[in-house]
Amino acid sequence: MSYYNEEDLGRFGEIAEHKPELFEKFMAWYQACQDDGALSKREKALIGLAVSVVVQCPYCIDAYTQSSLENGSNQEQMTEAIHLASAIRGGASLIHGIQSHNAHDKISM
Amino acid sequence: MQTEFIRINRRDGKPALPASPVGFDEKLKSSGIELLAGKTEILQVNVGKLCNQACRHCHVDAGPKRTEIISRETVEACLRVLRRHHIPTLDITGGAPELVPDFRYFVIEARKTGAKVIVRHNLTVMFEPNQTDLPEFFAENQVEVVSSLPYFLQQQTDAQRGAGVFEKSIEAVRRLNAVGYAAGNTNLILNLVYNPTGAFLPPAQTAIEADFRRELKNRYNLFFNNLFTITNVPIARYLDYLQRSGNEEKYMQKLVAAFNPATVENLMCRNMISVGWTGKLYDCDFNQMLELSAAADSPPTIFDFDPEKLEYRRIATANHCFGCTAGAGSSCGGAVAAA
Repeated sequence: MSYYNEEDLGRFGEIAEHKPELFEKFMAWYQACQDDGALSKREKALIGLAVSVVVQCPYCIDAYTQSSLENGSNQEQMTEAIHLASAIRGGASLIHGIQSHNAHDKISM
Repeated sequence: MQTEFIRINRRDGKPALPASPVGFDEKLKSSGIELLAGKTEILQVNVGKLCNQACRHCHVDAGPKRTEIISRETVEACLRVLRRHHIPTLDITGGAPELVPDFRYFVIEARKTGAKVIVRHNLTVMFEPNQTDLPEFFAENQVEVVSSLPYFLQQQTDAQRGAGVFEKSIEAVRRLNAVGYAAGNTNLILNLVYNPTGAFLPPAQTAIEADFRRELKNRYNLFFNNLFTITNVPIARYLDYLQRSGNEEKYMQKLVAAFNPATVENLMCRNMISVGWTGKLYDCDFNQMLELSAAADSPPTIFDFDPEKLEYRRIATANHCFGCTAGAGSSCGGAVAAA
């Protein structure tokens, strides 16, 4: 048995228990973010997929893979979005190398 | 979970319908909807199961080894109905209708009645023996052509419709364009159909139509009139796929959750009658494949056709009908409502 259960995505609403007003606010915000706006639903689904991979949320990855397909994206486009997000994440790590260089220089002759 | 299960079994003994968390009839009832037919405006004739392709989502289970095809007697009965009752549209489907010996006779004679003729043409049949002149035949008879092209890329198209289908389909659209289809200065209509290539719902029709128009023009310099998005209905070969891939339960949950009451008014079953290759009447092509007959008090065959007895008939429904009511809905002419 894996630590994550696929079925738990369908139980998301249970998080409302004990603090429904906060969950309602979250859901209103979350759903409003999905609608067509200055960005299309298709673009938003690709952003959602890319972010899901970077935050490594298996539920979100499943949901936004499906959503990307249902908004007409293909796997090449989805993979490009995943690469961009992952590259940013890689770059965000790499830029911290400068911190190391700075620290090195500070304590080195 | 399952509250309704209609046992219509397939020839291999498997259930013909998917299990569903809620029954379609129950859903209609709880939404206060009664699904009744209106006036018959489209005669959709499925002329047989013979096809040069064997697509993975085909609700007809059509293929090269199928032998069921319409007889001249049944074609004549359809033509009599068109003439006598002035049905405005004949919609010919299959299989690959062009492989039926009486296909061209049917089209030519139907056009003489004044009816608009739509042919659901799979594009690749154009490359079969004695079929290379199909573009000219369609053009001469002002046939409206509706063709499946599930995506503007090879991988998705071939995965659903078979190896090599994409390349042939692109060449076929080129030949249709060459005789004037989807050209600005003719009335020749070529509509394409998007089907999801897996266990998911179609995109918004206008959005994916714009993608197809841009990509087909930029990549291949091809043109079409409209793109219809059609949801895969969970019966026959597509139900097999859902079951084999472990997607049946989730797909049905998705269809049920996406039930949109606004789709019902414009469902295709409300203004068409579906005729089988034997002449039997059904509410739609999906019901025909399930052998789910039209209401018992309506005429059973094209030989008994009576438009007054068909109007206001109660449409026969089952769980597969969730495929036509999900999201923006689905019909032979694509989406039917706002999602």
